[in-house]
Amino acid sequence: MKDEEKKVIPSEEVREEKELAVTAETLEAPTAAHGEAEESVQEETKEVRELGVAEETYKEMSPLRLVMRRFFRSKLSIVGIVMIAALILFAVLGPVVFNRWGEETVDKGDYYSEDVNYYQQSDGNGGEVNVTEVVEAEDGINRLADPSADHWLGTDEKGMDVFVRLMFGGRISLLIGFIVVILETILGIIIGGVAGYFGGWVDNVLMRIVDVFNCIPTLPILFIASAAINSWELSEDVNIYLLMVFITLFSWSGTARLVRGQILSLREQEYITATEVMGFSTPRRIFKHLIPNVMPQLIVSMTLGLGSVILYESTLSYLGIGVQPPKAAWGSMIALANRPEILNYHVNVWLPAGLLIVVAVLGFNFIGDGLRDAMDPKARK
Amino acid sequence: MFKYIVKRLLLSIIILLGVSIIIYTLTRLMPADYVDQTFSSKVQSGAMSMEDLQRYKELLGIGDNSFMGIMKGYFGWLGNMLKGDLGRSFKYQKPVAEVIADQMWYSFGIAIVATILQFAIAIPLGITSATHQYSVRDYVTTVLTMIGIGLPSYFFGAIVIKVFAVDLGWFPSGGIVSGGVTYPETFGGQVTKFGDMCWHLVLPIAVTVLLSIGGLMRYTRTNTLEVLSADYIRTARAKGLSEKKVIYKHAFRNTLIPLATLLAEILPSLFGGMLITEQVFGIPGIGKFAYDALQFADIPFVMGYNMFLAILTVIGTLFSDIMYSIVDPRVKLS
Repeated sequence: MKDEEKKVIPSEEVREEKELAVTAETLEAPTAAHGEAEESVQEETKEVRELGVAEETYKEMSPLRLVMRRFFRSKLSIVGIVMIAALILFAVLGPVVFNRWGEETVDKGDYYSEDVNYYQQSDGNGGEVNVTEVVEAEDGINRLADPSADHWLGTDEKGMDVFVRLMFGGRISLLIGFIVVILETILGIIIGGVAGYFGGWVDNVLMRIVDVFNCIPTLPILFIASAAINSWELSEDVNIYLLMVFITLFSWSGTARLVRGQILSLREQEYITATEVMGFSTPRRIFKHLIPNVMPQLIVSMTLGLGSVILYESTLSYLGIGVQPPKAAWGSMIALANRPEILNYHVNVWLPAGLLIVVAVLGFNFIGDGLRDAMDPKARK
Repeated sequence: MFKYIVKRLLLSIIILLGVSIIIYTLTRLMPADYVDQTFSSKVQSGAMSMEDLQRYKELLGIGDNSFMGIMKGYFGWLGNMLKGDLGRSFKYQKPVAEVIADQMWYSFGIAIVATILQFAIAIPLGITSATHQYSVRDYVTTVLTMIGIGLPSYFFGAIVIKVFAVDLGWFPSGGIVSGGVTYPETFGGQVTKFGDMCWHLVLPIAVTVLLSIGGLMRYTRTNTLEVLSADYIRTARAKGLSEKKVIYKHAFRNTLIPLATLLAEILPSLFGGMLITEQVFGIPGIGKFAYDALQFADIPFVMGYNMFLAILTVIGTLFSDIMYSIVDPRVKLS
């Protein structure tokens, strides 16, 4: 009887439940007739399901909805979306809610820095006395505090709250990631699009430029560039903008190649000849008829690119040439672990920042992978 | 084929020229001038005048930071390079080519072991994860290897050092040989020294392998999935071959075809060293030397190192294109 009821429910929910029942073995079994029905289910439920699907075949679905549906079918992409959403909330809203400490507020007060020394002395009768010496010095700054209700993840060596700095570090990382990827894509679309569409010597010249940028070792050149930026003694914000420009400058070549390759093959298709016959202008043909067809691949490469830009930014910050202190950045927070006592005794200072980097990169990669599978027409079984 | 290679080599020269112009200009814009840093104390104490400093810079060919000065410096560098002279490193006080040749082998040793391990682990993983697509096995390997992609090497390095070197004390935390130990120049002494070096390199190699499996595994997985959906695999299955035979005899070798393109990336990574990992573990490979030179704005060394990497990339790309046409006869070079 339960099955009967399910038939009436719009198949969305039915499918959700079916999927949970699918195991690895059933995947190998012959699939149901409809293109959407990838998973085969047990004999009894199969009929019901086909009925449900049959109703649905009359429903018109936009390609976007199809992609979304396939995307949300993969558990990993949902995990990715959750990770990134949580991260964005943490970074953007976190500092608003948790406003006790600012990005650069130093926790000042009646604090003492403690130096603990241990000695062993003999007491003259052959016995040994353990002496613990605590040297307190008035400091006024709450340095390297352990996690507490006041400082959820303790403080760093300058007495700034680690938890709050993680949020601000996230802001800067995500901001740099998004802006660089957008700039990179725009540059890639223009250069790759022009090269692919016109071909001939234009293509040759532009592709050699792409080759040049492709051959430049990225990390050393970013190192050089950001060291140069820092020496110009500009304001912090301008520094960060310039950093974005340089990361873009040395990472757009892949996008340009991708766009060019796609355009080269699309250009030969009939609908482009049709646009020519209809007398559309060249920019319109490129940007209105060719580029939208490259978008699926571009969106995938953009999502995957976000992860790698965040890695580059944090590496530069780790090396001390990215985002400059006192501004917070995940990379520079990990760099504190270069001091042995912080590495060993204050794990709360550096470990969370690294975990957040992993979460960010992982989240974007999950989403990118999910999108690729969802957008690939060949993947439909 | 021959014509194609010659054409590609000629193009490579143009590309390398472009690369060298960009790198040289940026390097010259770098702060922390080597000469300023080295002689700042002398200038302060009055032992050297600013004019002396300027003259010394002129001597090194880096005195004039205007556009024309940089151009002049660049053509000077280019002329010497064409004669096979990469110049003398400011920091290491030795010819650049010699420093590269000396330090390269540490990096190469690590990279060759790491690359072999990486292939040996990633390819089987990628194939099982593709043949068992959407199974628990697939998800577990995917998630674990993706974490590897997301971990920054310096962060993973720090964790590994803390756990295995400091807390457990199994491995040394850095360096290439134990400090304060001298090894006799005999055969036995050298063997002990080699053993000590291997012991020091366990952690860096493990870090490198674990972080690089991800990319290769994903790549193998995608290729295998593509091959498995090809018509000839369906034919093989239709003939009634066992699944084992289908995968290992028909699919496996074809999944390896696109791996030939990876040659382009492997070549620079084999010889070029790892800037960050070598830095974290204090290994005197070419990556660490380059990192130190970068901080010093050691222009000849930075130029030499970057051009070395660029040349490796160019050769790697050419190799991979040729290899691709050899392993896959459907691909025609043009």
